[in-house]
Amino acid sequence: MGLALLCIIWLITFVSTYFFIAKTWWLPAGMAAAAPAIDRQFTVTYILMGIVFVAAQCGLGYLVWKYRDQGGTQKVAYSHGNTTLELVWTTLTAILFIGLNLIGSPIWAAERFDPPNANAVPVEVTGMQFAWYFRYAGKDGIFGATKPDLMDPSAGNEAAIGLDTNDPASKDDVVSGTMFLPVNRQVDLHLRAVDVIHSFFVPSFRFKQDAVPGLVIHMHFTPTQTGDYEIACAELCGLGHYKMHGMVKVVSQDEFDKWIAEQEAAKQ
Amino acid sequence: MVAQDAHAHAAPQGFIRKYIFSLDHKVIGIQYYFLALAAVFVGMFLSLLMRIHLIWPTATLPLLGEIKPETYLSLLTMHGTIMVFFVLTTAPQSGFGNYFLPIQIGAPDMAFPVLNMLSFWTTFVAFMVMLAAFFVTGGAPLHGWTGYAPLSALPSAGPGEQLGADLWVTSIAIFCVASLMGALNFITTVLDLRAKGMTLMRMPLTVWSWFITAILGLLAFGVLLSAGILLLLDRNLGTSFYVPLVVVNGTVMGHKGGSPLLWQHLFWFFGHPEVYIAIVPGMGVASQLLSTFSRKPIFGYRAMVYALMAIGLLGFMVWGHHMFMSGMSPYSAFAFSVMTMSIGVPSAIKTFNWLGTLWGARIRLYSPMLFAIGFVSLFVSGGLSGPFLAQPVLDIPLHDTYFVVGHFHLIMGVAAIFGMFAGTYYWFPKMFGRMMNETLAKWHFWFTFVGTYCIFMPMHYLGMAGHPRRYSQLTEVNYLHNLLPLQKFITYSAFVTITAQLIFVVNLFWSMKKGAKAADNPWEATTLEWTTATPPPHDNFAGRTPVVNHGPYEYSVPGAAKDYILQSDPATVTSH
Repeated sequence: MGLALLCIIWLITFVSTYFFIAKTWWLPAGMAAAAPAIDRQFTVTYILMGIVFVAAQCGLGYLVWKYRDQGGTQKVAYSHGNTTLELVWTTLTAILFIGLNLIGSPIWAAERFDPPNANAVPVEVTGMQFAWYFRYAGKDGIFGATKPDLMDPSAGNEAAIGLDTNDPASKDDVVSGTMFLPVNRQVDLHLRAVDVIHSFFVPSFRFKQDAVPGLVIHMHFTPTQTGDYEIACAELCGLGHYKMHGMVKVVSQDEFDKWIAEQEAAKQ
Repeated sequence: MVAQDAHAHAAPQGFIRKYIFSLDHKVIGIQYYFLALAAVFVGMFLSLLMRIHLIWPTATLPLLGEIKPETYLSLLTMHGTIMVFFVLTTAPQSGFGNYFLPIQIGAPDMAFPVLNMLSFWTTFVAFMVMLAAFFVTGGAPLHGWTGYAPLSALPSAGPGEQLGADLWVTSIAIFCVASLMGALNFITTVLDLRAKGMTLMRMPLTVWSWFITAILGLLAFGVLLSAGILLLLDRNLGTSFYVPLVVVNGTVMGHKGGSPLLWQHLFWFFGHPEVYIAIVPGMGVASQLLSTFSRKPIFGYRAMVYALMAIGLLGFMVWGHHMFMSGMSPYSAFAFSVMTMSIGVPSAIKTFNWLGTLWGARIRLYSPMLFAIGFVSLFVSGGLSGPFLAQPVLDIPLHDTYFVVGHFHLIMGVAAIFGMFAGTYYWFPKMFGRMMNETLAKWHFWFTFVGTYCIFMPMHYLGMAGHPRRYSQLTEVNYLHNLLPLQKFITYSAFVTITAQLIFVVNLFWSMKKGAKAADNPWEATTLEWTTATPPPHDNFAGRTPVVNHGPYEYSVPGAAKDYILQSDPATVTSH
């Protein structure tokens, strides 16, 4: 019985660990400026936790086998514990956990505490059951007004987010169901939701942020590779949660400018 | 003691006073246990339906027909709610705690027997109200067990959000009232009804864990109760605690100025301590059993007590780690992150001490011990994914993915359930006077141990690959398509594991009738429940009042006649 337990615990440990090391299923390749730092922190954490995991499980399996009751006059080590040992492992785990926390903190700070660059592209992202809309401010650089009573989701785009066409600032606003972004340029995200909470999650960008009704949340990130990336809603938002996805098309600055110009022309 | 005399009551005679509206903490404990058993099978069945729908979204099931996406979300909501409240909160604390806490401290009953009965029947009503949500127009709610507003506050936000959601909130509010009554009773009992000699530092770690859990419950459920009432007001009386101006499918709702984040703060102020309410009693049982079956004192008793206290205290300061992506101030993430990482320290102390207890032991691998060892393994596996989620930067890719689902199921789901199984196999002889079948118990262990790892370990891989949780199908998001094989593996594992639970049920009911007669102390354990008859008489000690002379874990004391010394043994032992 002790041997069987040892074998099963070790087997579970090694099979689980194998898939982490082989990276059979892993984070998608990082395509945004913040990704390398986040991935590095992930790697540090998973190596440290992996060592603890393997050591603890193997130790458990070994002890259970080694000290199984074999009958006879087997001696038991009568002991109520060891204060020195308690202090040692308390200190070591405190250093490990708090240290890990401190190493990771500057990455979070850089992402969230600094304002966006002056030349960042402002994009307003609006989540609603069950679609994402992306708005670009146009030449004036100002988002026109939107009004709740003008929102008509069935009409899509401008009407869906309730764009007030009487506001001069809204004349050149472009609204799209696909997010276009220029590569290597920071995005100044204005994230909002009109009905319930949604979450804007782009795994390839290591980016996730809830969109909350009543709040406009400002975030920024920088895509570093052209290509198409999927957005998946990551906060339960109703029956269509599983199909609330969208696309980010990261293109060159020229293509981006061209796309905006086409959209402006189509509005006239 | 005066307090003990005051609340003692005569043994009841009629069937109804004896078994239905009983004041006896042992009967109430068993009632809670069977309520949780019924609930766990409902919850498990719901999860099976979810697993089927996930990998065969168009499959038609007998009687139930095709599962729609909204039905999937109702299953998910009810699975989570029933498991968290009516299983994880009910069995380990109210079930085993009710039965064994008074006996382990040498008391004839709980401090407030009538309150105890009320708290069970209130819980029962809450469970009925919860189940009723399935049968009303629109069905059960789809907002998840966390019930995030505004989704949970707007009847027009989806099917199930009408009457079903009202019943859901009402049930939780009733449950909170019941839990508050239970918590008060537990705390008072521990503080006032300990037998002579049962100092705090001689209490078994099970008693410590129920005591700490009761304190957590007293502080947490009051907050959830208030939050639930505010949600009911938002839903039905047009208030705007949680709902700002919102537009649902083109219609402007009549709310203004509320804060969706307020619900999250209140909910998680309850929700995180709730995790410990679920797992701490399991820690107590694991400690108790590891020592008993190792024939060795628990390693570092005081450290274990202080670690429990630290977990309880820190548990109230970490709720914000559920909200790193919620839009709350990114500065507060630092504080919540440091506190959360700190909670790993007492958790690690407990793990080291469990391993230290096994060191140099003489381990009797009976089924309760197997589940206790399984508990330690699962606690380690589920615990070590915590430091990923506790770091805000790593929470960015992992939050609300299957990584989280795997994490909390291993630690507060499966580990806690292993605590319950361990408790069941250990205490069944005392509760029912018969032994459970050991062969069936061992098969049950192997299937469940391997099976649950096969279900929940792969979920971490899904989460790293970016699979969001609460998706009813994988069909719409392209990068999810190649994760289908892993999802299939999980569903097959769930099939096997759930089927294996029938072994447990058969063993439980068969052994009640046909199991071998149990001795008073079949495991050769030391705590007070093993000093009385099997099953214990109405007043627990047949008129005697036990006197405690020893700590709870005196095993293999050098020079002692046997390899265990009962807590009430009058013999003096010099070496401790």
